[in-house]
Amino acid sequence: MIVVDVLSWFLLLGGGLVGILGGVGLLRFPDFYSRLHAAGMTDTLCALMIIAGLILQAGLSLLSIKLALILLFLLFTSPTASHALARAALTDGLKPEGEQSSNN
Amino acid sequence: MRYVISLALVMAALWLGLSGLFKPVILALGVASVALAAWLSWRMDVIGVEHNPGLFSWRLPVYWAWLVWQIVVANLDVARAVFNPRGHIHQRVLRVPAKQSRELTRVTYANSITLTPGTVSLRLEGNEIVVHALTRAGAEGVLSGEMGDRVCWLEDQSK
Repeated sequence: MIVVDVLSWFLLLGGGLVGILGGVGLLRFPDFYSRLHAAGMTDTLCALMIIAGLILQAGLSLLSIKLALILLFLLFTSPTASHALARAALTDGLKPEGEQSSNN
Repeated sequence: MRYVISLALVMAALWLGLSGLFKPVILALGVASVALAAWLSWRMDVIGVEHNPGLFSWRLPVYWAWLVWQIVVANLDVARAVFNPRGHIHQRVLRVPAKQSRELTRVTYANSITLTPGTVSLRLEGNEIVVHALTRAGAEGVLSGEMGDRVCWLEDQSK
């Protein structure tokens, strides 16, 4: 069981680290659109690793089904929220920085 | 009818997974609520492949596994940008073609782009997705069209 414990702690700490990195990115990135990408880190890999670590701690039980469902719903709703934010900013007239290339 | 039954089965599995109580009264309540929800969905005409991922395709888990790997890779790229914003950030707005024939798969593609950090879908305009990319690697990844091809592969099976 020590292997499972080591692996789950690796996942939990790694997820926490990714979450902190996402927060640091949120502060360091220059404008709205780039900050959206930093928030994307906490939405995805951070949640993924923490929930995978918790599932390893919970073992084969109904609890892990619930945790997996939380992850599933999170992975469906967070891109919708990011997209809604980006689209609202665009509609409001906030132009993204950088070059605007059409096809390729 | 096939869709109503499969929807009821998925909902029953979900209910059992969430409740974990096998007392007769609770089970009867579960059966009643599944029946009510299935009837309501049928009346609202929100029944069919589009509303039931379980029926969609056996290729969905394969695609998800690949997507999770892409998310890990993209996270590492954005993490590099956190350590060195000036050197690594290279923002661009791109237009990429969405070759999928159905609305559902085009939305799946756009959502997958948003889900991988470093790229966010701004708009889905007909057969084109407007994407905002944070780094060079992110922009190249979207332009390579690999994810779009995988979503097309996902679509093939489900026709």
